[in-house]
Amino acid sequence: MTREEVFVKLNEVFQDVFDDESITVTETTTADDIEEWDSLEHINLLAAVEQEFGMKFNMGQVVSMKNVGEMADIIMSQIG
Amino acid sequence: MQELEYPFDSEYILKKSKKIRRQLLEEGTGFLHKKIAVLGGSTTHDIIRVLEVFLLNQGIQPQFYESEYAQYWQDVMFDNPELEAFSPDLIFIHTSNRNITAYPGMAAGEAQIEDMLAEQYEHFRIMWDRIAQKYHCPVIQNNFEYPFYRMLGNRDAVDEHGRIRFINRLNELFYGYAREHQDFYINDINYMASAYGLDRWADPLYWHMYKYALCMQAIPEFAYNVANIIKAVFGKNKKALVLDLDNTLWGGVVGDDGVENLEIGQETSMGQVYSEFQNYIKALKDIGVMLNVDSKNEYDNAIAGLNHPDGSLRPDDFIIIKANWEPKSRNIVEIANELNIMPDSLVFVDDNPAEREIIKRQVSGVSVPEIGTPEQYIRVLDHSGFFEVVSLSEDDRKRNEMYKANIQRQRQQQNFGDYREYLLSLGMQGTIRAFEPMYMARIAQLSNKSNQFNLTTRRYTQSDIEGFAADEAYITRYGKLEDKFGDNGVVSVVIGRKGTMAETDAYRKGGAAQGRVPAEECDVLHLELWLMSCRVLKRDMEYAMMDSIVQACRECGIGTIMGYYYPTAKNAMVREFYGLMGFARVYEDEKGNSAWQFTIPDDYVCKNTVIAVNDIG
Repeated sequence: MTREEVFVKLNEVFQDVFDDESITVTETTTADDIEEWDSLEHINLLAAVEQEFGMKFNMGQVVSMKNVGEMADIIMSQIG
Repeated sequence: MQELEYPFDSEYILKKSKKIRRQLLEEGTGFLHKKIAVLGGSTTHDIIRVLEVFLLNQGIQPQFYESEYAQYWQDVMFDNPELEAFSPDLIFIHTSNRNITAYPGMAAGEAQIEDMLAEQYEHFRIMWDRIAQKYHCPVIQNNFEYPFYRMLGNRDAVDEHGRIRFINRLNELFYGYAREHQDFYINDINYMASAYGLDRWADPLYWHMYKYALCMQAIPEFAYNVANIIKAVFGKNKKALVLDLDNTLWGGVVGDDGVENLEIGQETSMGQVYSEFQNYIKALKDIGVMLNVDSKNEYDNAIAGLNHPDGSLRPDDFIIIKANWEPKSRNIVEIANELNIMPDSLVFVDDNPAEREIIKRQVSGVSVPEIGTPEQYIRVLDHSGFFEVVSLSEDDRKRNEMYKANIQRQRQQQNFGDYREYLLSLGMQGTIRAFEPMYMARIAQLSNKSNQFNLTTRRYTQSDIEGFAADEAYITRYGKLEDKFGDNGVVSVVIGRKGTMAETDAYRKGGAAQGRVPAEECDVLHLELWLMSCRVLKRDMEYAMMDSIVQACRECGIGTIMGYYYPTAKNAMVREFYGLMGFARVYEDEKGNSAWQFTIPDDYVCKNTVIAVNDIG
């Protein structure tokens, strides 16, 4: 899967989880950019991303992830 | 909504809950509004989010109070104006083994372990007692799930020092409390976790990262289980099964294959599967689920199949058997009518997806589970929680017999020209009295599930009912009816509040009078509730209830009775009820709310002439 394809899928997941079709995520998107993205919604978001890509974040990755770009890095490293 | 029926896609629900919620709120009407306090010993955010959509799907619109993180105990034990103002209809305590504060060390002696157990239990018990005393509402309490590791390996369950053993004993104390207290329900997360898979359920990542006591992916199944208890507490359980026969209760088609070639019994593996399913269905009857058949078959073939010597179900186990060539949708509507229950109380079980589709489209409200293949039937029906048992009353166990007696009565009725003569022939015996302890559970249950013959549709918990019984300001009556075909149990409930005519305004549009009127100034009885089970329609029981209320009023010097009718989607049948009882309409608004006045005449003549009523008092 190319990075572009990963972002297309990520974007769908974000739109579903926050029930907002106007969302567009980029490499540098963080929780500050999406109003509903707080620490509680973060859990649900990660679960939905894991399900979409058929992978799992470990604790270290969850703790260190800074933006959507880094999320995409982890996804790409795990799905090969 | 199909996406929320068991077996559901948990990932989908987690991801789309916001959209699902929006749709349910747009499409639904007539929600039952309930205030639910969720007091957590761990994070509850997503539990509430998912619980909400399952409750909406059951026709309950919840409003939530959520405790601050892990403040479940403090919220109850200390003064809490916010929770008091919220005035919960139900409190759900979401604790887990993460909330056990001490386990026996390996060096602990027997006495020390006993103390520890008592200490953990008492922590919860004083909280439950305080809830009962302060909030008077039903409580749902999680038991404890097993820990995800076993220090002593297999001996952990055996040795007094083992955590598995400790948790089993603690759970047993919880169950003891549940057996001894009404309106207290255990949410069995130990079973949930084992059915889900404990290693996945207890994934420590979710505790250490987010302080969730269970993994995110298990939350929908967890919330579904809680929603099932809540819907049962508020009287929204299903009441009856409507079953197909061929390839549902046995393998094969009785009309084509002949009775002798059906797969049922111990001869083949498929036969064993159907036998186990028949045994399961037969056991459901014993907890009060009414069994019926809706099958495309010649009637005689259907009966022959049900008499198969290796099957456990018999034609006698069913209340109504519709075996014919009519559309199943028509049969199921007739079944609902003959049983006098709403289609949304029915569960339709059929192996054929096309038949399921027809029922889903044609008869709204009926639950139609995707039943799967024969070896999955039991799990799907069972985990769907249609018949979640919150209490097992004598009435539940006898329900099938009572409904069958009713069908016999209908048949006998056809032999009588004069209706009164028919009623007299039933030899009816009524018991009408003020609420008594042994019937409180049944009275609360009736207040929550009676929809059709219900003038005000006010819902009460058992605690409320006990409150009215103990309060001098109320006149309460329950009515029980027996006849030669059987005992119908408690079938009618009336609650009246003593007061003055000036209070009528408060009642006219659905409210109730607040505050206290001194007993000597009371000259009016406001009927806050009058309901009757539809299983005794047209038996003159309502007249007998009226007579009893009139007598009670006279005994305390009350000369006027005020009745109120508040329309709902289901209670049109009693719109003119008070008129028939001799009341005069004194008020009606554009929505159909009405108020009715009855001045008790000095020469009041008892209206009931067919039921021998004993024990008035």
